[in-house]
Amino acid sequence: MAEKPTEEQILAGLAEIVEEVAGVESDEVTADKSFVDDLDIDSLSMVEIAVQAEDRFEVKIPDAELANLKTVGDAVSYVAKNA
Amino acid sequence: MSTVDVVVTGMGATTPLGGDVTSTWDALLAGKNGIRANDAEWVSKFDLPTRLAAPLAVEPSEVLPRVQLRRLDRCEQIAIIAAREAWADAGFERPTEEHQSVEPERLGVAIGTGIGGPVTLLDQDDLLENHGLRKVSPLTVPMLMPNGPAAHVSIDLMARAGVHSPASACASGAEGLATAWQMIQTGRADVVVAGGAEACIHQITVAGFAQSRTLSLRNDEPERASRPFDVDRDGFVLGEGAGVLVLEREDHARARGARIYGRLAGTGITSDAYHITGNHPEGIGQINAITQAIRTAGLSPTDIGHVNAHATSTVVGDIGEAVAISKAIGEHVVLTAPKSALGHLVGGAGAVESIATLLSIYHGIIPATRNLENQDPKVTLDVVAGEPRKLELTAAVNDSFGFGGHNVALAFTAA
Repeated sequence: MAEKPTEEQILAGLAEIVEEVAGVESDEVTADKSFVDDLDIDSLSMVEIAVQAEDRFEVKIPDAELANLKTVGDAVSYVAKNA
Repeated sequence: MSTVDVVVTGMGATTPLGGDVTSTWDALLAGKNGIRANDAEWVSKFDLPTRLAAPLAVEPSEVLPRVQLRRLDRCEQIAIIAAREAWADAGFERPTEEHQSVEPERLGVAIGTGIGGPVTLLDQDDLLENHGLRKVSPLTVPMLMPNGPAAHVSIDLMARAGVHSPASACASGAEGLATAWQMIQTGRADVVVAGGAEACIHQITVAGFAQSRTLSLRNDEPERASRPFDVDRDGFVLGEGAGVLVLEREDHARARGARIYGRLAGTGITSDAYHITGNHPEGIGQINAITQAIRTAGLSPTDIGHVNAHATSTVVGDIGEAVAISKAIGEHVVLTAPKSALGHLVGGAGAVESIATLLSIYHGIIPATRNLENQDPKVTLDVVAGEPRKLELTAAVNDSFGFGGHNVALAFTAA
């Protein structure tokens, strides 16, 4: 991406990735949702989501950071800060 | 002789002849053919000598949702499809946290596969080579492991009495059923979802089987390629498919008023200890497996009216089996060879063909062996050809043999 994406763009992109990987409807993917508790996403799918997010937003998400991304909002903030 | 009666209350399948048991059975009776020209790009790329395959009639993508498909190897997909059909056919509901049709601690799974998920293994290795670690799926190992189909079914149906995944090549599906029978006999479970699955039509499996000189080369006539017991047979055709049966302790089935297709009355498992691909020339292991199945069923050879043969359409194997059946059971028995229509479903074969065996008893009719135009004179037994044959049956045997010298025979009886 030439320009830094907005938080809205990141959220929309993440929602597409989550739908692709885990089959969660994209409008369910909102900032307040927990990946594990609300969206029922397991650790294996989280790895896939992270890899796709890295490619899409040109960002690095090391495993240590991934472990801290509990909610969709956490992920949006991380990408916005590091992209 | 078995002490606990084990009945079959549900059946499911997806095969080259149909996406479920009814369509597969109807196609078998109608003499339809599941073998196709294999026009995959890799066949010409590597100039493979065999251009034949028996692919599924119904793609799993027509049945399972997209996200589930991408988390499962094809072999796991078809095991789940067949298991769900069998489960519903048995009159059970899908489990929820609040309600389970069978107590999870009394429900087991025994679903075998010959190879498991080799296509996942190879695809993921390509991704690693070409795109690096990041592109390798975190689901690689659970998709390629041969216990994956059975394990996924256990999760799907909430089975906690143990999961088994016998690997005995082309006898794996039959060994799944034999394992389930033992689980019920020994009191480990009241109900076991059992069978086999295989989905490995790939350039390397076809190349490997071709190099072992076991495949039919009748490329110009796919519909005539698989011809067990025919004098012009020249090898088997690799297929894919799954068969799953619900086995149940008889009193458990009776108490809930279940429809009973028949009994898995006895099982026989032996090993040749002779050659890794060839069967023993005197058929000792095969004879002993059949004899053991009949004995554990409390039957005598004269009770067995029908054998659903393993008969893959190889030159040597079919003769060996026919001789073994003659010696173990006698000349009175009536044979059929469903691989003439289905191709060889490898780990799925024994289970799908057990379904056919049981339906032959249940309906009193034996499907014909396709392409049996000139029966090999060395095969002296009566093989059904041309049209299906109506025959009242009280007991029948299904044979399955596998690379490695595995021999599994299952004796089914009427309810």
